[in-house]
Amino acid sequence: MAIVVDTVALETDPEGYLIHIGDWSPDVAEAMAEADGCELTDAHWQVIDFLREYYSEYGFAPAVRILTRAIARRLGPDKGNSRYLYRLFPDGPARQACRYAGLPKPTGCI
Amino acid sequence: MAGRLPVPKLAPGAAAKLVSRRAEPDTQRALGFPGDLVDGWEDVAVAAMRNVVAERGALRLFLDSCMKCGACTDKCHYFIGTGDPKNMPVARQDLFRDVYRRYHTLSGRLVPWLVGAKRLTPEMLEDWYAYFHQCSQCRRCAVYCPVGIDTAEFAMAAREVMDRIGIGQHYTNEVTEKAIRLGNNLGLPGPALADTLAGLEEDILDDTGAAVRLPLDEPGVEVLLVTPSADFFAEPHVDGLIGYAKVFHQAGLRWTLSSHASEAANFALFTGNREHMSALARRIVEAARGLGASRIVIGECGHAWRVAHNHLEALAGPLDFLARGRVEHVVEVTDELIRAGALVLDPAANDHRRVTYHDSCNIARASRLGDIPGGQFIVPRRVLRAVCNHYVEMARGTTREATFCCGAGGGLLADDLMELRTKGAAPRMEAFRAADVTHLAAMCAICKSQLARVFPDYGFDREQVVSVHPLVGDAVRLRAAP
Repeated sequence: MAIVVDTVALETDPEGYLIHIGDWSPDVAEAMAEADGCELTDAHWQVIDFLREYYSEYGFAPAVRILTRAIARRLGPDKGNSRYLYRLFPDGPARQACRYAGLPKPTGCI
Repeated sequence: MAGRLPVPKLAPGAAAKLVSRRAEPDTQRALGFPGDLVDGWEDVAVAAMRNVVAERGALRLFLDSCMKCGACTDKCHYFIGTGDPKNMPVARQDLFRDVYRRYHTLSGRLVPWLVGAKRLTPEMLEDWYAYFHQCSQCRRCAVYCPVGIDTAEFAMAAREVMDRIGIGQHYTNEVTEKAIRLGNNLGLPGPALADTLAGLEEDILDDTGAAVRLPLDEPGVEVLLVTPSADFFAEPHVDGLIGYAKVFHQAGLRWTLSSHASEAANFALFTGNREHMSALARRIVEAARGLGASRIVIGECGHAWRVAHNHLEALAGPLDFLARGRVEHVVEVTDELIRAGALVLDPAANDHRRVTYHDSCNIARASRLGDIPGGQFIVPRRVLRAVCNHYVEMARGTTREATFCCGAGGGLLADDLMELRTKGAAPRMEAFRAADVTHLAAMCAICKSQLARVFPDYGFDREQVVSVHPLVGDAVRLRAAP
């Protein structure tokens, strides 16, 4: 499986997650979102950027509660909840937002 | 609908295309299986069948004891949801039974056409893979079987045989491999876990003003809590973890989580592979011994409790170092504290909720809670009634030993099985609808993830799914310091 970004084919797993995190660029997120019929706004980018920052520090995507707290601090408490995140990423922040951010899919009972 | 469910119209082959993603070769090899379908796979499978049947006494009995009475046929939620006759429990069992008979019985070898014995052809193997990954190993059929045949045993054995010829399921095997290697199903590293727990402590302080701790790797404490890693990561699970912490805080129990045993779940149960089950179980006992804990308490996770309660000693060595000689479930701890008057509760804190309880399969039909017969049904309800003024049961025939699976147990909580999961959830969804409540509480990480995921498809809100312990946590009157 692959996603084509600027004429370059980047390897993905069958569910569309990048195999090599180093292949990521903002254009990858835009291409994935476009394929889903979703337009990325600043609100989406705030989430994607935080996921990438956290991942670069811990080697792991943040737990949903860490993400909501970070969003609450940056954007206010009315947005620091999973309802807000699901509005942005209907397939769920752990799945859809991680995929756009180039991170591996979280596994387990989630 | 509730207790008397309509039998669906038969739809042969309707679920044949709902095939779960296969495991990657690297995952298979890391678990000690062939990476891909081996040459001469029929012979390898026949030998593997002999071994798994020899190892599993119950299965040996079940191979011979079905009298085709039909009592099980309409009891499976996947049959009810899809109408595919191969999802009738007896038909699922016969996929295994007919093949076993062909190679391992005299009549099957000599006159297979007379006894319905069948070869393991590529087409049969396809059916095996599809339909043994459409069994959530929930054991509901076994409750209605007059001789107690448990289809889950067939599904586990068939999956183990398939693993041995190089065909594994992606979801279960990726998670099993990761948990053996990294200590939890998520692959969550220790520093991220520590950061997560510190954040939750801040949240609780902000919300309640109480300095409730979530200790990690603290030696010399009484209780080691081992919980599904979803409790660290996901919603609604994390509120359960906060609830346990509030209970321990309030009771003054000294406790810790462990980064070495940061997972209660044991996905190897879904194939029954003993070596992998042991590898996962050993982490729990090693952590308890290493930290000097005298009690192991398991968080809200269905099959984790089944493995810990029924098999931990056999898998990971003697438990005589534990004060009570056995592992405990967090709801048993809470129940005991409530009954001893050690928690001050204000059930009015949950007055905005009307709550029902979903019995998770592995707790309801494969284990016990407390020290009384049927305690697995009584203890969680006793806790819920103590903390909620508005508690409502779902209809008879959909609860307790007759409970319906959430639709995703036994390794089927895979995104690639979403259609099956949605259809298999139908009986539980209809019972929930009929109960007319605001919240469904469940004590299983898989149930909670699955139900929160499918609730919107049935017109409900994902936030209506909760753990038991957030309800406890909301009702506990916290004191400022332990």
